[in-house]
Amino acid sequence: MRKKKLAGIFMSLMVAAGVMAGCNSSTSGDGEKGDTIKIGANLELSGGVASYGQSIKEGIELAFEEINKDGINGKKLKLVPFDNKSDAPEAINGATKLISQDKVVAIIGAATSGNTIAQAEIAQSNKIPLLTPTGTNPDVTVKGGKLNDFVYRTCFIDPFQGTVAANFAVNELKVKTAAVFIDTASDYSKGLAASFKELFAKEGGKVVLEEAYVAKDTDFHAQLTNIKGKNPDFIFVPGYYEEVGLIVKQARELGINVPMMGADGWDSPKLVELAGNEALNNTFITNHYSSGDSDQKVQEFVKAFKAKYKDKSPDAFNALGYDSAYFIADAIKRAGSSDPKKIQKALAETDGLSLVTGKMKLDDKHNPIKSAVILEYKNGEQTFKTKVDPK
Amino acid sequence: MEQLIQQLVNGISLGSIYALIALGYTMVYGIVKLINFAHGDVVMVGAFIGFYSITILDLGFFPALLISMASCAIFGVLIERIAYKPLRNATRIAALITAIGVSLFIEYGTIYVRGAQPEAYPDNIVPLKSLEISGVKISGQSILILVISISLMILLQFIVHKTKIGKAMRAVSYDMDAARLMGINVNNTISATFAIGSALAGAAGVILGMYYTKIDPLMGITPGIKAFVAAVLGGIGIIPGAMTGGLLLGVIESLVSAAGGSLWRDAVAFVVLILILIFRPAGLFGKNVREKV
Repeated sequence: MRKKKLAGIFMSLMVAAGVMAGCNSSTSGDGEKGDTIKIGANLELSGGVASYGQSIKEGIELAFEEINKDGINGKKLKLVPFDNKSDAPEAINGATKLISQDKVVAIIGAATSGNTIAQAEIAQSNKIPLLTPTGTNPDVTVKGGKLNDFVYRTCFIDPFQGTVAANFAVNELKVKTAAVFIDTASDYSKGLAASFKELFAKEGGKVVLEEAYVAKDTDFHAQLTNIKGKNPDFIFVPGYYEEVGLIVKQARELGINVPMMGADGWDSPKLVELAGNEALNNTFITNHYSSGDSDQKVQEFVKAFKAKYKDKSPDAFNALGYDSAYFIADAIKRAGSSDPKKIQKALAETDGLSLVTGKMKLDDKHNPIKSAVILEYKNGEQTFKTKVDPK
Repeated sequence: MEQLIQQLVNGISLGSIYALIALGYTMVYGIVKLINFAHGDVVMVGAFIGFYSITILDLGFFPALLISMASCAIFGVLIERIAYKPLRNATRIAALITAIGVSLFIEYGTIYVRGAQPEAYPDNIVPLKSLEISGVKISGQSILILVISISLMILLQFIVHKTKIGKAMRAVSYDMDAARLMGINVNNTISATFAIGSALAGAAGVILGMYYTKIDPLMGITPGIKAFVAAVLGGIGIIPGAMTGGLLLGVIESLVSAAGGSLWRDAVAFVVLILILIFRPAGLFGKNVREKV
């Protein structure tokens, strides 16, 4: 063991000497020095929600490419990706590695609320800004009523999505009764369901049944049969695409044809593969962004994205990844430094930054206040339905 | 009432899949007294072979089922020859730990080779209409699953009771040394048992993929453990026991969900296991049937 350690030290000295000998200019390749600024990306690149992490990474890479054309304060951004395998302990390892080994000045990640909450403590104690593109649970930025001052997000929060869905169900779809089908292993799902139920009841609707499943389940026939027995007008399923795809498919097989609705957790090409085009008809989601939005900023982004990724139409995760990169870049620019503490301060002061997913203004809990869109699935394609502004 | 019948239908579909997997556990246990924990992972491998046969080789459902069964049979024999055979005379705990090792090896080997992302079985591989009888909807797939499972079980009964290899299997399970003295090739017989059990697992994999659409490298764990419970419930080592145990477990799980305890469903499976181990350690069929395979 000791020998190994000595060998390790010797090796790293050798490498360091090599690097020193090789560079005449100021490029030392280290995070804060030289002319690059290292940003970590602690994302779900494999595992259960791999599609989120990969989409976010695509968005970030596109944004970094654009930003690096001119650079920020004469420096270029460098992305250091880490695959947390959709697993909370692995996300913690990733944050530690990015901070202590790679010496990043900020971390973008993770895609899910749970994996972001897991690493929040590390970002807090090391004073490194952590920015989740898509972690929508309110508890990401607060802990025990106290603000996590180094943790930020680019997306809106769950209660907002839940209320938008309830409003849409009552006022647009004109439904009177609803069933709620929750993933009890997910804070995201429970948070959305709670805000949906509250507003749905307030608007005069009635939640007739609440059923539950656990992430990784594959058989939902039993719960869906119970739901069918209550005959609701509408089913709210705030889950992630892996299970939701199967739920929608199995529901339609059992002859449940009422509208179903979810949130941004549905947004993945895998959902369409799992459920099938036909089963997805008459389903709706609330989301951060739609490529069908005619807003100029959105259309420019769609064009740039398609040019880089072989005509692929960007989804909300691509857009939020892209926006997260610009969010951080803007803060670094205004801070005029790559000191994590100064970046943190600049992030908090963000006001009116115009991004693809809307204008960015943070409230006192680091939650952006911005609009949501409602999309409908038609033959496996998301179509833009309406845009809802926050009240 | 309709709802109850619908739940029973759900339970029987689920149970027949458990039964197919449980048969593999029970046969292997019956003959080498080993709980083959890698069995659930053979199911996963079967599901992937079926998936690739359908999507890449562009085959129909039945050819894919057969290819998957054949490949899994070979795979099962390989596992036995490489991992278990050298340990045949070792302690049972050594073999058991090896089985867990093989299971992890297959799971993470698959992730290493193709990544952990899930795949979706193509829709409508079997264009079957669903039946609706007074409000109870039975999907064509559920019927197909039941038909395939029952035919495979009948075929298995035939192999075990009417063929020479079946006779050899029964003899080896009864007394390995005596069978060897009588001139039975014990190694081949054990290989045949693994081949048949794994072929059934392969079939279960393809059916699982078709029924639930989603397959991933860790999909074999839960059905594998449930099937193990089913095998113990029926009396491990006894073929009709595994079938009954599987169906019973599927129905129990569905009824628990129907009663509003969807989240207790998995727990109930293990409560059943505990109760059986306390009150009837030999399983439901344990005392009456002497002959084992």
